[in-house]
Amino acid sequence: MGYPHQSHPRETPVLSKHFGDLEAKTLEGWKARGGYKALAQALHSTPTAIQDVVKASGLRGRGGAGFPTGLKWSFMKLDDGKPHYLCCNADESEPGTFKDREIMRWTPHALIEGVAIGAYAIGAETAYIYIRGEFTEPIRVMEAALAEARAAGVIGRNAMGSGKNIDVWVHTGAGAYICGEETALMNSIEGKRGNPRIKPPFPAVAGLFGQPTTINNVETLAAVPHILNNGAEWYKAMSLSSPKSTGSKLFSVCGNVARPGNYEVVMGFPFKEFLYDLCGGPLPGRRFKALIPGGSSVPVITIEEAEAVLMDYEGFIAQGTMLGSGGVIIFDDAQSMPRQLARLARFYAHESCAQCTQCREGTAWMTKILERIVAGQGTFEDLDTIFDLAESMTGKTICVLSDSCAAPVTSGIKKFRGEFEALITGKRTATVVVGG
Amino acid sequence: MSHGPSAPSQGGGHAAHDHGPYVPVFTPGSARANELAKLMRRYPEKRAALLPALWMVQQDRGWISEAAMQEVGEQLGCTAAYVKGVVTFYTMYHQHPVGQHFIQVCTTSPCLCAGADKVVEAFLEHTGCKELGLTSPDGKYTVIEVECLGACGFATPVQINEDYVENVTPEKVPAILAGLKD
Repeated sequence: MGYPHQSHPRETPVLSKHFGDLEAKTLEGWKARGGYKALAQALHSTPTAIQDVVKASGLRGRGGAGFPTGLKWSFMKLDDGKPHYLCCNADESEPGTFKDREIMRWTPHALIEGVAIGAYAIGAETAYIYIRGEFTEPIRVMEAALAEARAAGVIGRNAMGSGKNIDVWVHTGAGAYICGEETALMNSIEGKRGNPRIKPPFPAVAGLFGQPTTINNVETLAAVPHILNNGAEWYKAMSLSSPKSTGSKLFSVCGNVARPGNYEVVMGFPFKEFLYDLCGGPLPGRRFKALIPGGSSVPVITIEEAEAVLMDYEGFIAQGTMLGSGGVIIFDDAQSMPRQLARLARFYAHESCAQCTQCREGTAWMTKILERIVAGQGTFEDLDTIFDLAESMTGKTICVLSDSCAAPVTSGIKKFRGEFEALITGKRTATVVVGG
Repeated sequence: MSHGPSAPSQGGGHAAHDHGPYVPVFTPGSARANELAKLMRRYPEKRAALLPALWMVQQDRGWISEAAMQEVGEQLGCTAAYVKGVVTFYTMYHQHPVGQHFIQVCTTSPCLCAGADKVVEAFLEHTGCKELGLTSPDGKYTVIEVECLGACGFATPVQINEDYVENVTPEKVPAILAGLKD
């Protein structure tokens, strides 16, 4: 069952299989659907054995960076005598991305099971699920599911009678995109401003409360029970392309498209068929023009480039962009790219934590200049200034927020320069009729 | 001078900006004090309960005053200035009272594609709010633009107090407002 519409026959619903299924939200309903078997087995296995299965499955982080999950877990020194922590990153705020919200709303126990297994695999007795403050419904659903799981002894002291302790708590954010950055997230849990930290030290050495910590995305952790139940080979087989990209992946689709929503496909699925068959193509009378395929922080590609993509980590890179979080934002031929990119730059300017000069000033100036161009008051020199700014915003700051602003803007100008020049020479305005 | 309605409401209630002496939220023995004490046990450091404590204040009072920051600081062993530093970092904490119905319209790129700018105009028009961030003269509404609500496939999402309303178009705005409970 898909959500908000029925699953397409070409989808591979693993994580999304129970979206829209109300009974799957309860502990009993989840167990009836095969839930918590993986956790029960995991608790009688060893952390290293679990890490090995996850390593062998090829699972990579679904939050955006695509780092191999099993390898990340193996950075935690199991016998160091220190308290370890697992943080589940549910601060889903990347424009275009709305998959973790659905996982939490519909299958809260899938996430709890994944978090509990992850915690055990890294030697942690405490895990925090950091949910953005705006997600009031997912927070309520997760809190209710956690209370149920605690009351049933599935998590907590002596989880499932294993003698192991796994406490899982929700920590609610309060409005800050940057808290999705792992070190900012840890600061936020510690009761601080959500400023990213300089690395090293990396979280596996000194993370939350100064102790060894692992941060994993919601979708990553929710995939883990399936891998333990069905085996690494089963997960690896879910790939139509590169052996470096395995499993199924949720793609959130939004913008100017006939059927927006979440779609789960195996890695390497042809993007062209995805866009036209699964998502229903453009709105009536429109053509797709451009898209940002991995959440707003990755480079813009043209529809022609997109049609050549195989949907995996390597496939998006081959077309000059990234898979990122899998949040696909589609722009059709009625959209003004300068106007859209100016709005996106404003998002980053608003969300900059302002620690680094390049980011604080860069995102703000990029927004001002783009908005000036959109208003018909730009110059050709402004375009050069944007590229100069982008240079100083890339690879020079504590975190990648400023890089994330520069990437869509510069790629968008390179690919749709004509639209910017038309605004500068006064041949066109950015006023568009949406969906008209 | 009144900045807001006087009667707190259920769930997301917003109390008056009153000028009387500050009444503490975490009075010893109160339900909130017990809740906070229980919450602190989830973390190895007291200060980690700061965001949750601020949420409790906002749920009870509708906003977080300087006096509340002082109180929360005393509870968690940090200065009022430190607490203010945190409050001002996060956009969801209100540093001033807001309308009874706090309306946040997502206008980030995917929603802009769907015409979110027109949804903002419709809310301003039908609530009588003169501009973004100002509360309507009757104290009922405050409208702001918000950055990505993470519901891009249901554009345009609007958060009203704690609840999301999805697929909002300008035409639906009057009915949405009529359906809000005082």
